[in-house]
Amino acid sequence: MSRFASGDNSVIVIVGSGAGGGTLANELCQKGIKVVLLEAGQQQSPATFKNEEWFAFNQLAWLDKRTTSGTWRIARDFPNLPAWICKTVGGTSVHWAGASLRIQEHEFRAKSRYSGIKDTNLIDWPLTLAELEPYYAKAENKMGVTRTNDIPGLPGNNNFKVMYNGATRVGYKTVHTGRMAINSRPRDGRSSCWQLGFCFQGCKSGAKWSTLYTEIPAAEKTGNLDLRTESMALQIQHDHHGRATGVLYADKNGAHHFQKARAVCVAANSIETPRLLLNSHSSKFPDGLANSSGQVGRNYMRHTTGSVFGVFKQPVHMYRGTVMAGIVQDEAIYDPKRGFVGGFELETISLGLPFAAAFLDPGAWGEEYTNLLDKYPNMAGMWIVGEDMPQETNAVTLHPSEKDQFGLPIPNVHYDDHANDLAMRSYAYKRGAAIYNAVGATQVVEVPPYPSTHNLGTCRQSEKPAEGVCNKHGQTHDIKNLFISDGSQFSSSAAENPTLTIVTLAIRQADYIAAQCSTRSI
Amino acid sequence: MKRREFLKVGALVVMGTAAAASVAGIASAAQAAPPLTTLQPHQAETLLKMTRRIFPHKQLDDAPYWNVVHDLDTAAKADSSVAKVIGEGIEKLDSMGKRFVELTEKKQTAALKQIESSAFFQKVRTVELQSLYSDPSVWKVLGYQGPAYKFGGYIHRGFDDLAWLPNPPESASPKPA
Repeated sequence: MSRFASGDNSVIVIVGSGAGGGTLANELCQKGIKVVLLEAGQQQSPATFKNEEWFAFNQLAWLDKRTTSGTWRIARDFPNLPAWICKTVGGTSVHWAGASLRIQEHEFRAKSRYSGIKDTNLIDWPLTLAELEPYYAKAENKMGVTRTNDIPGLPGNNNFKVMYNGATRVGYKTVHTGRMAINSRPRDGRSSCWQLGFCFQGCKSGAKWSTLYTEIPAAEKTGNLDLRTESMALQIQHDHHGRATGVLYADKNGAHHFQKARAVCVAANSIETPRLLLNSHSSKFPDGLANSSGQVGRNYMRHTTGSVFGVFKQPVHMYRGTVMAGIVQDEAIYDPKRGFVGGFELETISLGLPFAAAFLDPGAWGEEYTNLLDKYPNMAGMWIVGEDMPQETNAVTLHPSEKDQFGLPIPNVHYDDHANDLAMRSYAYKRGAAIYNAVGATQVVEVPPYPSTHNLGTCRQSEKPAEGVCNKHGQTHDIKNLFISDGSQFSSSAAENPTLTIVTLAIRQADYIAAQCSTRSI
Repeated sequence: MKRREFLKVGALVVMGTAAAASVAGIASAAQAAPPLTTLQPHQAETLLKMTRRIFPHKQLDDAPYWNVVHDLDTAAKADSSVAKVIGEGIEKLDSMGKRFVELTEKKQTAALKQIESSAFFQKVRTVELQSLYSDPSVWKVLGYQGPAYKFGGYIHRGFDDLAWLPNPPESASPKPA
């Protein structure tokens, strides 16, 4: 592995090694650009992953303290765990389920399409689907997405059989095993899916795409990557012209280091990315970096989610095989007659017994609850993932008094459900129940949202600098050598799982950064 | 510990359970469990009854609940504030009328309902939630097969063996490789 000097100001520093940062690092390294990749977490591998839910949670999840506020149920059920994301090399690409869907054209036009919805801070993306399509194609090829590039779909498991039969009986048409970045055939030096059922715990077969064992090793082979693990970014510094000069970070012993940089790219997920910008405030930028709009940390979106579990007379064994084994796409449309704008996907989900007990009704105990858990083998599950509305007051802010182990303010995540979100969730619960009732469910359980896995929008792209933090390349409006490189860029949440779009934007951003370097614009 | 901070309990509890289970095997974990280090016999007995009432699976014998008591003992040994919360919590439970262990099951549940928001109850429930449902002997009884890597995943172990519904067409669900 390469080591670059801390005073080498020709390197690009990327904060975070997940879907955004890990991909961007590899793309830049392939172009001959030197990268220092800072990752707060430790390095794991398929060999160190364990098929055990609590073990994996403690091994991979971001557990540093955060606080919550707002009307969302997360603030009640998981007050210090607003998000279920990772602190490990590969970031949340280690934990994700693999669903890889393109955002639809009308979803890029969120403000134009959903105009008239009160109490939102909607904007249109500064991008079109047409502009992104070539990059979506590159991302799908890189990640080996099923049902693209002549890659067959994955075989459906028992959980999918229940979903398929129920969904088609209630009239849904687009029901299949999804577009998944999980190998259905050996590809790219990785095996096909073993149907382990532990997608969330780090894929031990390596069939699921993660930057941990694809992008990052490929980048290392170029000699252009300097990966520094257990390195927590504390502050982005700048010169008197207001250009970023590098990143101050703490190593695993707490010692501080400053890495100079030609440009800084922040891909620390949608809570830590704005937190780092806000914690980087200075006399020149008292409200934090790249925050002349006041939008850093705002418009936090987390998708309208929830799960529906059905109990049946006969066994399902939902935990066997791919967690997100299938999808119903018919509701991912614009149809305000349903009582809300935006669409939602229904995707199978399964929980092992340890997490089923923890999440089916957080905090529950007693006979009624154990009676439900006694039916565990006969359960099928699905997850709702729908577009939520951006609201300026839904925000990641710095806690006024609580500090982390480095003495920096911890983040507070505030989220109030919008009336549109509530109407969508209520409708989606009913549709999920209809699917399971159509195949003889004896009981249907509406399960509240898990800690957020899709964290979006807190440093969003905007055409107008006053309405967001970065342009359509992720370049901040205020500081031309500072980039946003993760889901924080999203101008709206759309109904689709975000990882494919995060990877797509990273590939596109790498082209832009390389061009900016070659013209000496940065 | 505040209500529902259970996700931050940490790895120790879970790893402790896994280690105990692997030493003891799945059938008789309690017999192989080490002696209690911190909890007094009456405390242990009370916690056994309490953990049975919190997640009352009739099909389970006392062994997995004893494992939970052992995990609570480990937690109490590691952190004196936990030992204090447990000690005081049990005293409070016993002061509500008859001693808790002498109550009928129904009355035990009613007594727990009255203290369910206390730090004591939440600590016990949190440890139990992580311990009981991570215990392979419990998985066996409740019908969860757990880790699949050691036998090559479920691809040849019934991932698509559901036969009470028709199989989806291949266009929706292609055959495995």
